[in-house]
Amino acid sequence: MKKAITTGIAVALSPIAVWAADVAPGQIVYEDGTVEQSLTGAPGDPENGAIIMKTKSSGNCISCHEVTALKDAQWHGNIGPVLDGAGDRWSEAQLRAIVTNAKEVFPESMMPSYYRVDGFTRPGNAYTGKAPDGPIEPLLTAQQVEDVVAFLSTQKDE
Amino acid sequence: MKRTAMTALVAALIAAPVLVAAGPDDDTLVVNGEIEMTTKAPAPAHMEGTGIDTIMSGWHFREDETQALQMDDFDNTGMIFVEQAQEVWNTVEGTEGKSCASCHDEASESMKGVRAVYPKWDEDKEEVKTLAMQINACRTENMGAEAYKYDSVPMASMEALIAAQSRGMPMNVAIDGPVRETWEKGKEIYYTRYGQLELACANCHEDNWGNMIRADHLSQGQTNGFPVYRLKNTKLNTVHGRFKGCIRDTRAETFAPGSPELVALELYVASRGNGLSVEGPSVRN
Ligand code: HEC
Ligand code: HEC
Repeated sequence: MKKAITTGIAVALSPIAVWAADVAPGQIVYEDGTVEQSLTGAPGDPENGAIIMKTKSSGNCISCHEVTALKDAQWHGNIGPVLDGAGDRWSEAQLRAIVTNAKEVFPESMMPSYYRVDGFTRPGNAYTGKAPDGPIEPLLTAQQVEDVVAFLSTQKDE
Repeated sequence: MKRTAMTALVAALIAAPVLVAAGPDDDTLVVNGEIEMTTKAPAPAHMEGTGIDTIMSGWHFREDETQALQMDDFDNTGMIFVEQAQEVWNTVEGTEGKSCASCHDEASESMKGVRAVYPKWDEDKEEVKTLAMQINACRTENMGAEAYKYDSVPMASMEALIAAQSRGMPMNVAIDGPVRETWEKGKEIYYTRYGQLELACANCHEDNWGNMIRADHLSQGQTNGFPVYRLKNTKLNTVHGRFKGCIRDTRAETFAPGSPELVALELYVASRGNGLSVEGPSVRN
């Protein structure tokens, strides 16, 4: 597990620039497993993040992760680690890197990249099994990524 | 690969008390009180390095109630399709005035052991052929009848009739000799991470079998039970239908049933089940 390498470095940061438009998937800057800049320039909404993580047709994070705070939704998978305490283990910038492109933090990870649109082998048109009929949309929007990051940041063990 | 498999195993053990189903069970499968199925077997030599040393039927990963449906042919809905195919077997179709029985007499005799060795090399056509390809070759070339659609219910039913004659016999597909190239191609596909979710067969069925992905209890993705009657779609499903569904679920553009890619994948996946009993038609959810 690579997480041991990066734990403990909690970086406090405030947004440096306010962006008129969202940061596009191709514009994200990864540095040592972090993405410092908010994709929207505004704080995310943790409550909406929780909904995204539970919803099958959206983030569906609980298909692989168990999260105690989301136990009102049924069926949590156990492919990835339990996410309780993720806000202690990871800084906001690290969580943003994990959610946008987990492979930047965990090479070869089974976790999908939620804010990336290229480099795929035979990508399809969502779940139709057919070829795409236009540009590929990221799995989550910039706002949704920020909402999920905001939720994860609230996950602290007391 | 090994690391993830180990991690998965440890995770499954730790999580055992809280999960409904963690890991395969130890039940034994005997059909009709007489056909003893080998549902766990040592992994074939070619699987060395995969982290899997015991191969297991998907039956072990299903709930008791689903498992029970396969233990008696009266409860196994798949057997209804076998009965229907038995009628088709004896029915003359096509321009040559022949039925399957005209050439093969009783399926219960002539089709014994057939399912266990497919896909296999076709000497004349110099290609790997699946059971479905052979069925369609018989229909078009020997009977002058129309080919079945590759993953259709009539095809699945005929496959079920043929599979049923080998129930309890070990899967034993060849991987060397002329099929080798196709087998290698299938192996490559098995490990390719397709689609926007970038998931390979191996991510789910080699690294994470026994784990839960949302409500689904992941098996090793074995094909020895095909065709499979699924409670979820209430029909008989072919191997290629299942492969197509799994690839679609990675948000990928799938391969067509009967395509060279899925034929190669079928050979490779079948070879990962060498030693498990033929179970088809089996019941899954
Ligand atoms: C298909 C499986 C899968 C899905 C879906 C998935 N993850 Fe993950 N995730 C993993 C795995 C596996 C790891 C462990 C890292 C590795 O690959 O070694 C991980 C790691 C993480 C970590 C770091 C774990 C820790 O606590 O140390 C976080 C945070 C995380 N995921 C969040 C999410 C969020 C948020 C989503 C949904 C938007 C999500 N994951 C969806 C498989 C998944
Ligand atoms: C995202 C996860 C995932 C991926 C990737 C995946 N599968 Fe599956 N597969 C499943 C689930 C869930 C099931 C149903 C439960 C089970 O039997 O494992 C299943 C079932 C199967 C079955 C039926 C097993 C039985 O006993 O009925 C086969 C065969 C199979 N998969 C083969 C494959 C192959 C080949 C690939 C790659 C082309 C693949 N799968 C990719 C999730 C996946």
